[in-house]
Amino acid sequence: MDSEMYQQEESQYLTLKVNQDYFAINILVVKEIIEYGKITRVPMTPHFIKGVYNLRGHVVPVISLASRFALPIQKITKLTCIVIVEQEVEKEKHSIGVIVDEVDEVLNIPPEQIEPPPTFGAKIRPEYIRGMGKVNKRFIILLNVPKVLDIIDLSNFKKHLTLGHEGDRAE
Amino acid sequence: MNLESIKQTFLLESEELLAGMEEYLLQLEKDPGNEEAIHAIFRAVHTIKGSSGMFGYDNIVHFTHTLETMMDRLRQKEAVVTPDLIATLLKCHDHIETLVEFDTTAEEGQAVPEEYSQRGQELFSELSVFFQGGKQSVTVKKEESAKPTQPKTVEPLQRPTNGIQSPYWHISLRFAHSVLADGLDPFSFIHYLKKIGSIKNLYPVHDSLPDADLFNPEIFYLGFEIDLDAQTDDEQTVRSVFEFLEEDATIHIFPPHSASTLYEKVFQKLPESRERLTGILMKMGTLVPADLEQTSSDSPAVADAGDVEETEPKIKQSTKDHPEKKKEVPAKTSGKEEQSKKFIRIEAAKLDLLINLVGELVITEANISQIAKRENSTAMLEAASAMDRLIEELRDNVMNIRMVQIGETFRKFERIVRDISRDLKKEVELLIKGGETELDKNLIDNINDPLMHLIRNSLDHGLEDPEDREAAGKPRKGTILLNAFHDTGSIVIEISDDGKGLGKDKILAKAVERGLANKAQYYSDSDIYHFIFEPGFSTAEKLTNISGRGVGMDVVRRNIEALRGTVDIDSTEGKNTIISIRLPLTLAIIDGFIVTVGDAKYVIPLDMVTEAVEVKDIEKNSERGGNFISLRGELLPYLRLNTFFREKNMGSERENVIVVTYGQQKAGLVVDDLLGESQTVIKPLGKIFDQLHGISGATIMGNGDVALILDIPRLIEHAINQQYG
Repeated sequence: MDSEMYQQEESQYLTLKVNQDYFAINILVVKEIIEYGKITRVPMTPHFIKGVYNLRGHVVPVISLASRFALPIQKITKLTCIVIVEQEVEKEKHSIGVIVDEVDEVLNIPPEQIEPPPTFGAKIRPEYIRGMGKVNKRFIILLNVPKVLDIIDLSNFKKHLTLGHEGDRAE
Repeated sequence: MNLESIKQTFLLESEELLAGMEEYLLQLEKDPGNEEAIHAIFRAVHTIKGSSGMFGYDNIVHFTHTLETMMDRLRQKEAVVTPDLIATLLKCHDHIETLVEFDTTAEEGQAVPEEYSQRGQELFSELSVFFQGGKQSVTVKKEESAKPTQPKTVEPLQRPTNGIQSPYWHISLRFAHSVLADGLDPFSFIHYLKKIGSIKNLYPVHDSLPDADLFNPEIFYLGFEIDLDAQTDDEQTVRSVFEFLEEDATIHIFPPHSASTLYEKVFQKLPESRERLTGILMKMGTLVPADLEQTSSDSPAVADAGDVEETEPKIKQSTKDHPEKKKEVPAKTSGKEEQSKKFIRIEAAKLDLLINLVGELVITEANISQIAKRENSTAMLEAASAMDRLIEELRDNVMNIRMVQIGETFRKFERIVRDISRDLKKEVELLIKGGETELDKNLIDNINDPLMHLIRNSLDHGLEDPEDREAAGKPRKGTILLNAFHDTGSIVIEISDDGKGLGKDKILAKAVERGLANKAQYYSDSDIYHFIFEPGFSTAEKLTNISGRGVGMDVVRRNIEALRGTVDIDSTEGKNTIISIRLPLTLAIIDGFIVTVGDAKYVIPLDMVTEAVEVKDIEKNSERGGNFISLRGELLPYLRLNTFFREKNMGSERENVIVVTYGQQKAGLVVDDLLGESQTVIKPLGKIFDQLHGISGATIMGNGDVALILDIPRLIEHAINQQYG
């Protein structure tokens, strides 16, 4: 799905807390939100891949959004949860779990309230930002989910393992 | 049923028939005297014609009809089976394939491209050469031979003196009650009659209609008397309309001006009374009183009467003792048809669902066993173990449904080898071994393309020209061998040829030239051969349209790796090349051996595990200078999974070494604890883990935890790369 199509979609967004920051993702890509549970670590994978989770008999990869954004990782709390997001690659749907520190609320942000992303100044890489949503005179980062969770990029282990380091045990 | 799904059935059926036809053509080429093959080809063409007729695919009907006639003449030995004839017939086969594909995918009302019919004409003129002197002379011959099944053409001028006056063909049809249940639409046949002429009179005979309360909507009660003004004088043409009805109806065809005695004979065989029938025919104008008077003058119309005689058994079968028919039919069908009845075509998705469910059942059962153990209830444990046994059996059987013999896939290559070797002017024989080896349907579907590439390579690069072969002291005819067999939990498919082999030096030189290899470094033979799997790698001096572009081998490797398989090459320069593909038996469930590494659980495919040994202080026992231990005097390299996976070190004093064997290799895996065997359902890890080497999937344990399944060969390969690469 390209960003244009997204703009035509409904303007409902789910806000998430990662570290101290709030981000919003379009509600249409969210399949479900589940409590943080036992994640099995997969060795020889980049640090942002936390492992796999048993989602009612399906094995779903789980990614830490904080690690993906190179933000400090928070401790697991009662509010930590896994947002299951659906991504399409080559006409096939893939579910990915995303660990966030908290899910906050669902906001309505109409397209005219969305500004282009700033060229710099945000904590995360500009390519991960789809736009800035204006809510009550404050801005919230709308994530470019297809980019943040780009399966082709995520699966490029070689690149990530040479750049960063292998993930350590999830404690 | 909607039309699309019927079309799909037609397509599948045609594909199957065409595949059969191809196989028989190739058999016929090898053994020109094989009459069974000719019959089988004839039957295939005939059946395709029939089913396309029902769909109104006139172009196919037209083409197959003529082809069928030719095949019939071949049956009558009017032509000699030569390689050229087979070549032309193979082209016809391809043409039917094209037509079928076009018709099943064409939009409603889309015109058939001109080139198709042109191609058909070309093929026919090509074919007619083989039948000495072309069509005309044969027609004469046909009349001379006077076969009982093909009665003499009745020329209006030669009209028998006692013939009736009606100038039309008369057809008397009585359908079997089961005709609807057999999936036939009686009216489509009548409509089809219009293609060969116009229906002058049609009288429905409804005498067998029961009382309203006995009426069964699934039974067809009607019969028809039809007068047809056909432009043909060949009875076969008219009869062919009803070809598919032969089992399901009593059909009598009277050429124009048939003897009235013939009508009389038929009247006796029909369920209706003579009076009733003559009444109907009089009403229709088929018969006039004058015709009937002639019947008394008993004139011999021997040939025609013989024809009626011939259909007699059918009357019995289809109308009178109906139940008996069902028993008789299988006896009549040939072996091959009978065999096909033993198979049911199932939608793959249904099978996948079943396998998934069995997978879930396996997980649930593991859960129950665990609870039973925890509760320490003997009765429950016993019940659980009984269930376990049953589930295992169920699993094996369900998995077995997916297993398909590889022979069919192999045989498809006969045609390709034949065609390409002709193109290349090489003499090649394809040998097939282990065709009965079974493997998962999914694997079969995915192995086709890689095999195709490899065979093309063998044909083009591997095997030499006959002259070169002779010069090298080899037989003129090259051999390609396709071999399949089971080996330690995997299936091995070998493609070998006795051609010129791989030029090791040439490959290495090319690899150095392309910067893939380092001149100074030592490469083993296998390392060198593996360069040919690099994208764009080719040592061919010139390109052919078959191969040599250097695309292919890397695709082959990628396809096979996607199936969790490996490819190996062995070659002796000047002698042969053997490429072996090693694939897992199935993609869905494996017997696993569960171990712990740190506090994580891993599954090792059981069929790779040779033994498990407990070793104290492995490090101290290690051979000097490396990770080797001595296993009963044998050197065994080992991989410490704990360190390799960066799992928590549990600091256990005793460690276990699992000895795994794959292919020719043996290795040890050091793990912390052994948890024993268990059936494991392989769950895919998802696309994100595509590039993860060494782990082939995951499985869900009885307690809901996910455990990872190790892919031993690739894990070790990965470890080697990390260590030295």
